[in-house]
This record gives sequence, C-alpha cells and structure tokens, in this order.
Amino acid sequence: MTAVAEALEAADQGHVESHLNPPASYDLADHPVPNGREEVWRFTPLKRLRGILDGDASSDHLTWETTLPAGVTLTEITAEQAVEIGELAPNERPAALAAANSGGAMLLDVPADTVVEEPVVIRLKGSSVDDLVWGRLLYRVGAHAEVTIVLLHTGSARYSAIQSFLVGDGAKVNVLSLQDWDDDAVHLGRDAIRVGRDASVKHTSISFGGDLVRMHANVEYAGPGGEAELLGLYFADEGQHLEHRLFADHNAPKTKSHVVYKGALQGRGAHTVWIGNVLIRKVAEGIETYEENRNLVLTDGCQADSVPNLEIETGEIAGAGHASATARFDDEQLFYLRSRGVSEKEAQRLVVHGFFNDLIRKVGIPSIEEKLLETVEAELAKNVLKELT
Amino acid sequence: MSTLEIKDLKVQVKTEDGPKEILKGVTLTIKDGETHAIMGPNGSGKSTLAYSIAGHPRYEVTGGTVTLDGEDVLEMSVDERARAGLFLAMQYPVEVPGVSVANFLRTAKTAIDGEAPKLRTWVKDVNGVMERMNLDASFSQRSVNEGFSGGEKKRHEIAQLDLLDPKVAILDETDSGLDIDALKVVSEGVNRFREREGKGVLLITHYTRILRYIKPDYVHVFVDGQVADEGGPELADELEANGYEKYLGTKV
Ligand SMILES: Nc1ncnc2c1ncn2[C@@H]1O[C@H](COP(=O)(O)OP(=O)(O)O)[C@@H](O)[C@H]1O
Ligand SMILES: [Mg+2]
Repeated sequence: MTAVAEALEAADQGHVESHLNPPASYDLADHPVPNGREEVWRFTPLKRLRGILDGDASSDHLTWETTLPAGVTLTEITAEQAVEIGELAPNERPAALAAANSGGAMLLDVPADTVVEEPVVIRLKGSSVDDLVWGRLLYRVGAHAEVTIVLLHTGSARYSAIQSFLVGDGAKVNVLSLQDWDDDAVHLGRDAIRVGRDASVKHTSISFGGDLVRMHANVEYAGPGGEAELLGLYFADEGQHLEHRLFADHNAPKTKSHVVYKGALQGRGAHTVWIGNVLIRKVAEGIETYEENRNLVLTDGCQADSVPNLEIETGEIAGAGHASATARFDDEQLFYLRSRGVSEKEAQRLVVHGFFNDLIRKVGIPSIEEKLLETVEAELAKNVLKELT
Repeated sequence: MSTLEIKDLKVQVKTEDGPKEILKGVTLTIKDGETHAIMGPNGSGKSTLAYSIAGHPRYEVTGGTVTLDGEDVLEMSVDERARAGLFLAMQYPVEVPGVSVANFLRTAKTAIDGEAPKLRTWVKDVNGVMERMNLDASFSQRSVNEGFSGGEKKRHEIAQLDLLDPKVAILDETDSGLDIDALKVVSEGVNRFREREGKGVLLITHYTRILRYIKPDYVHVFVDGQVADEGGPELADELEANGYEKYLGTKV
C-alpha cells in the first residue's frame, strides 16, 4: 500500500486526530516539563539537556558577528513587537521558554523587492556550556525579495532559540543553519517558516557538533503556490545525540514540500533521530509532498531512529510520498571500488562522500558547499579514516 | 610477461542451507598475449570463477591455487589483486551514488599506479577513451553506474580496462544485453587492449556472438563448476551449432 493509501485508510476509519501539531501557545502552562515518555520527547535524553527545561532566567548571551549586505537591517525589538510582526508561536516548551526569557528579539529585515546578492551571515558563538542562553530571532523577507541567510553556531553554550522566518509573497529565501558546536554544547532550536503566496524557501539544517542538538524545522503557508525545500545533513560521533524534527503543515492549496535529510553515524553511542511529519489539511488540495531520510551507519554501537508520518485529511492530492532507510556500508559498492585497486578505507571515504554529495550540491551556497565537503572529510578522519593517517 | 594460473580451484558460497560447492576443481592457465573464452550455460559457475579470482568476500576458496606471475593471488586483498594487475569487468556493475565517473577513474588510476596521473595527459586520455567507447562528454560527471543503460555500464567497464591497463582482464558476460553497435564498440575496446604487449584475457560468455569480433586462442566449455571440454576457436563453432546439450547429457 502506498503511504497515501495507508493514511487515507486510517482517515476513513476515523483514527486521525492532529497529533502531529501540538497547539501553539506562549503560555508556559500549555507546555509542562516533559517526563520523557511523551511522543515528542521519547527519543531525547532529557538529562543531557542540562536543566534547560527548568527555564531559569539568564542574561547570558552568544557573541554576534554579522555580515549584513546593503539593504538588510538588523534591529532589536521588544517581545510585543515580535508577536505583532507575526512571530510563529511556540509549540513546545524550549521554544516557549526562549520566548518568555529572552527579553526582546532580534529582527532581520529584507525589504520588499530587494535582491540581496551576497549572503547575510550571522555568526553566533558561545563561550561555555555553563552559559544558559535564550534566543529569539525573526527574519522578515518582503514580497518578491531574494536573500540567502547563513547562521553559524560555534563554541559552546546551553542554547535554546525560537526563530521565525516570515517570507513574503513571491520571495525567494535560502536559509542555512550550521550547528558546528564544541563537544559539550546543548542546542534546542525551533525554526518555523511561513511561506508566502508563490514564495519559495529552502531551509538547510546541518549538525556536526554539540553533545545534544535538537532542531525543529516547521513550515506552513500563507497562501497557495508556496514551495518549501527542507534539507538536512548530520554526522554524529561517539556519544552525540543529533535530532531533527520536521513538520510540513500543508494548510493551503497547491503548496509543495520536499524534505531530504541525510546522516552518518560513527562511534559508540552516536544517536540520531529524524522525525518527518507532514499534515495535509482539508483545504490543501493539489499539494505535493515528498520526504526522505537516509542514514549511513559506519561503525557498531550507533543508533539511527527515523520516523516519517503522513497525516492526510483530503483525497485531492497531486503527490505524496516518503522514504526512510538506514544502512551500513554496501559490500557490493565497496567490492566494486576495491576491485579497481582502491583501498578499503579510500573506498569507504568515496562512498560516504557520494552519499552526501548530491545533498551538498543542493544547498545552493557555493562558499558553504566547499566548507561542508571539508567538514565531512574532517569528520571521517575522526573515525573511519583513522587508520589511514 | 604475465601468466594467470588457476589450479584445481574449488569454491563454495554461503547459503541459508549451509555452504554450497560451486567450483569443483578448475584448472586453467592464461599466458602472455592469450585470449581464452569460457563458455557455459547459466548457473554453471562462470561468474563464481570470475568473482573468486577477484576476491569477492561472498565466495570461499576451499581448495586449489591462483597465481599471477607466480604470486599467490588468494593471499591478496581485493584491492591488492587489482594493483597486482587483475581486472574484472563485471556482469552487473555496481551503482555508487554521488561518486562521479571522473572522480572514480582518477582515484582508481592513482591507486593502481601508486601516484596521481599527470593532469593534462589524464584529461586527454579520459576524453579519448570516452570518445572511442561512444560515451558523450557529460558522462564523466554522472554518478558511477547510476541510471546507466545496460550498454553504458558495459562500455564504462571497458573504458576502465583501457585506462587502468591491467595485465590480465576477466570479462564476465560483457557482451550480454548489448545491441550489435554496442557489441562492436565493446569488442573494439577489448581488441585494442589485446594489441598491447603481453596482455591476457579471460572472456566469459554465454553466447558465441562476441567471438566473431574477439577471436579467442582457446575455448573452454564450462559445465557444473568444471571445465568439461577445451579446444581451439573451432570449439565455439561447434557450440554454436549444437549448444551445450552434449555436455549436460553426459552429466547423468
Ligand atoms: N551468493 C550466492 N548464493 C547462493 N547461490 C549462489 C550464489 N552465487 C552463485 N550461486 C549459485 O551458484 C551457481 C553458479 O552461479 P554463477 O557463478 O552466477 O553462474 P553463471 O555465471 O555461470 O551463470 C548457481 O547455481 C547459482 O545459483
Ligand atoms: Mg554469470
């Protein structure tokens, strides 16, 4: 049975309640401290959040270094202004805490009809995991504007952030968030995107560093014709927990979502989680959605959890599908390469590069693509290629 | 000078019902400049022979020897065998997503030669081979074997044969699934290789068709994991006329 048929059958039997989207609310009472058995928390080792969910007030902050091309502004706004502008309200505790505790918010503005050639770069650096940092950022891209936004997270902190991307009609936005933290960092991130009518958004989340990283990428639509491409790449080492949770809420007709996340795992206790939720609402006729998660397990002792969910409330869909696969090295691939004289380690290196290559090429930011290839190389050097050097 | 010597080779494969013997003592010597054709019905163990020589982990050698110029091949890892001068053109070449043909070829050439090829001559060489194999210029940018047609896969195997320049080439049903034009292109590629000094070829095929383009020096009939008959090129003509029945019949 196809995914669509399965979901429709479930709908016929009256099983579908919208369990994929807990209601959004700023009220902390709506987001109680989890015990770890909740559906949305069951994969996350709560202890390793190091108390973030207690929600202590803090004035710690990350250091900011920005590259703002002409036409782009970055200003501080109040919490009230954030809501007025149309911030996408939190639907889980860390994001609600970030909204409650961050004091104000930062607003990046790209005016309508502005085409920004150079990427906006925001470098956020933490100085210590003892720091508890609440982040609240809004990105407002006007109608028919075009911009690329790169967010780089380095250093260490316990960082919980709520980010909203408000994309105007017909705009083209490319967002990349790189989690390249030190080994002990904890990062809980909620990115939510509202895609304007006929707008197109690419959002890429890349996680290499940190002890525990849990990122949401949510997308909803302000009108018909919007397109969202959600990409992700992660590389979990020994003991790392990297979690990516996607939610495409097709709340308007003729909208598209395309999700591709790829991960590699190596070393004892490397754990990755990918949750791909897609909701196709009754109004959302003629939409197209596809989601895919692939994991490559490079050594023993790793765990990759991968859960696609498709919830469909209308039968009038142009296309819906999903794929999820977790695999070890393919012996046939390695044999083929080695039969051409390539050593085992070199063959493994080629296969891993190949695994990520097509995804990296889709990112669409040449300067970053180069760096990503290097980072994949460096990650491989830690384990798989250790014997080579 | 190169000699591949296979003596009384016995090979089994792991199956769910335990190990299954497939090669039951194969003896075969390929000397300098010789082309040997191995012909046999489906399931007779031809690919098993090819894979065993190349060192595929699924096949376990339980007896016999394989040497290349006196060196023990069975002791070598898969990649060592390739670096020693063995090449296997596979019946079913494997897809390697995301790895471009250009990158693959250069990595393999570097591994075989022990040093990176000179950039300028290498690009020329690759382009020349691609052209001769009737593969268009964009081919190098495609992922290895991914989405290739059957013919493209086989032509790509022979392009590798040309560039990697082994001592002995084992071609496992390189002719299967090719139309007549592709068959000619592939045969010309193999013949160019044969013209080089001291190359050995083990040509595994199910059909006699390719032997019109690649003239073997010897023909071996392979049945049930063993060589059932051997002779000169005329043996192929006889097989063409009478098929394998004669050999299958004697099995009982
Ligand atoms: N991996 C395997 N597992 C089980 N049986 C195998 C395997 N590989 C080959 N065989 C069996 O060995 C025999 C010979 O196969 P193969 O060498 O592919 O023959 P050919 O290439 O001549 O068609 C067949 O009966 C086949 O089913
Ligand atoms: Mg075969």
